[in-house]
Amino acid sequence: MQLSYSLSRLGIDHAVLSDDPAPGGMFRRWPVFQRMLSWTKPFTGVERHERAYERFDWNSLLADEASNRAVMPALMDGTSYFPSRPEMQKGLEAFAERTGIRVRHGTRWESTRREGEDFVLTTAAGDYRAPVVVFAVGVAQPYRPPITGLEQVPHYGDFRPVETYKDRRVFIVGKQNSGFEIATGLLPWARQLVLASPSPTKLSVNTRTLVGVRARYVQPYEDAALAGGVIILDATIEEVKKVGAAYQVRTRNPAGHELTMAADDVIAATGFVTPLRDLPLLGVATFGQSRLPAQTPFWESATVPGIFFAGTITQGSAGLKKHGIPSNSGAVQGYRYNARVLARHLAETQFGLRTPHPALEAASVVPYLLAELSHGPELWHQRSYLARVINLDRDRGITDEGILPLAHFIDQGGGDAVAVALESNGQGDPYPAVYLRRDGMMSEHLLAPHPLLQFEGPEHDRQLRDILDTVLSASASPA
Amino acid sequence: MAVRDDLVNTIAAFSLFADLSGPQLEEVAHLFDESFFGQGERILRQGVSGSGFYVILEGTAGIRVDNVDRSVLKAGDYFGEISCLLGEVPVADIVAQAPLRCLVLPAAQLEGFLTAHPRIMYRLLQGEARKLKNTTKWLS
Repeated sequence: MQLSYSLSRLGIDHAVLSDDPAPGGMFRRWPVFQRMLSWTKPFTGVERHERAYERFDWNSLLADEASNRAVMPALMDGTSYFPSRPEMQKGLEAFAERTGIRVRHGTRWESTRREGEDFVLTTAAGDYRAPVVVFAVGVAQPYRPPITGLEQVPHYGDFRPVETYKDRRVFIVGKQNSGFEIATGLLPWARQLVLASPSPTKLSVNTRTLVGVRARYVQPYEDAALAGGVIILDATIEEVKKVGAAYQVRTRNPAGHELTMAADDVIAATGFVTPLRDLPLLGVATFGQSRLPAQTPFWESATVPGIFFAGTITQGSAGLKKHGIPSNSGAVQGYRYNARVLARHLAETQFGLRTPHPALEAASVVPYLLAELSHGPELWHQRSYLARVINLDRDRGITDEGILPLAHFIDQGGGDAVAVALESNGQGDPYPAVYLRRDGMMSEHLLAPHPLLQFEGPEHDRQLRDILDTVLSASASPA
Repeated sequence: MAVRDDLVNTIAAFSLFADLSGPQLEEVAHLFDESFFGQGERILRQGVSGSGFYVILEGTAGIRVDNVDRSVLKAGDYFGEISCLLGEVPVADIVAQAPLRCLVLPAAQLEGFLTAHPRIMYRLLQGEARKLKNTTKWLS
């Protein structure tokens, strides 16, 4: 939906096919406990129609016009800053309706083939032919690792009404957010909860990123730490065996010790894979447990040019992944920006559209970049991944190139230019990073963090000027 | 758990992990992330901080210093350990010469991983000794 909106505003003709009956995608069904993990803060000191508000609103899609921005906060009932699943669904429906996004719902993509320069998508409603195809099919196909007996247990997506787990022993395979979400919901119902997977649990409050179990679902972890009855095991699951109406689960820890335990229910919270259908047969390479398609910095298949991706699948374009911290491309607050950047990229590279690249005065560059670092939502949500890029070409003048993938900027080469991004190292506060390309050489400059996350003060101004002064003085006046 | 069976089988053949038991190999498969890089894509960037420790699962990569290609890495080889161990930026680009599949561990986790797996640390040390020997031979 975000990509369609952005393409439409650029005047790019396209068709959107969806198997769903209406807008909302996976949020028409999940999460199972009916509340999102992404927040929308109602009171921030920033007007909701302003771009800076997006930093605090992780759930609204992006609009150019003020009237269609920040759809979500107005639809939330105020009882939580995490929207409920129905509120999220309503937000997407409202955005589609207000912005006039046209989706051919109930149109199932069945197969894909190449014909000359075009791709042809087969659907029950007929064939669609296009030189460029963008797949935004989510990471929504339940995945079960090949563990003996696991195929007979329900997956996260098959979770029953919570009261049916009353006074039962529940074994949850998997210790990611979905496993802990279920455990949190079952705390007042289950007699015993066991969560098991080979590697230790990480917590987002420790990683200072979205890597790890989110704070909302940490209660089972505390219960286990205080020996309240929840058990968390770092062990492989060797076998799940049905015994009468119950199960026996055999586990083994890295030291090789086996432990077998009984459970009334076993739930596979083992994640999802990307439903790419026949795309791998066309040569689309995938990787990892989620079978994400490998992508370039502009979300094009790394192995099949012309096939692009949008939505949560764009986490397959890892970017720099500095300090091992992934982008937020797996979530709305990250991939909505990827979609907008992709729309512009497609418009410029596939449809010959030249989008505006506004000229800047040399004197305005430093304050502009510091303002972007302080308030630019793209930089806050997509750290070390999306960057504000300023061209410092000595002949053409100083121009704002907009938001671009940082990996693209660093690797592409070209004339003098600067990119700024926010970065985190998983240990302290985020800090600004400056990448300066001068005479073909790239240099990285990490600025100091600020305890109040404000980067427009004299210290950052001085640091940035020290980096840019010589190149700015050498750049021409605006084109 | 038989999860990521193919991956476990692949790394079982690498000298770096040759001393590990089956459960330990599975632990490694879970601890490391998997990454894919298209041909020509850079994995490590000379002078850019925040990189990690990589083990090549499939494909080849070139070591490039100041835009000059120096050497080629293949499946079972690893890179990035020097900048991880020293806490410094990489001194070379690593560039995928063909579609490249890797395991990756963030730098901050390498010390804990190696101290928890002394046999891997020893194998890594052997690898570093070989690199030093080759460099010394080359210089002399």
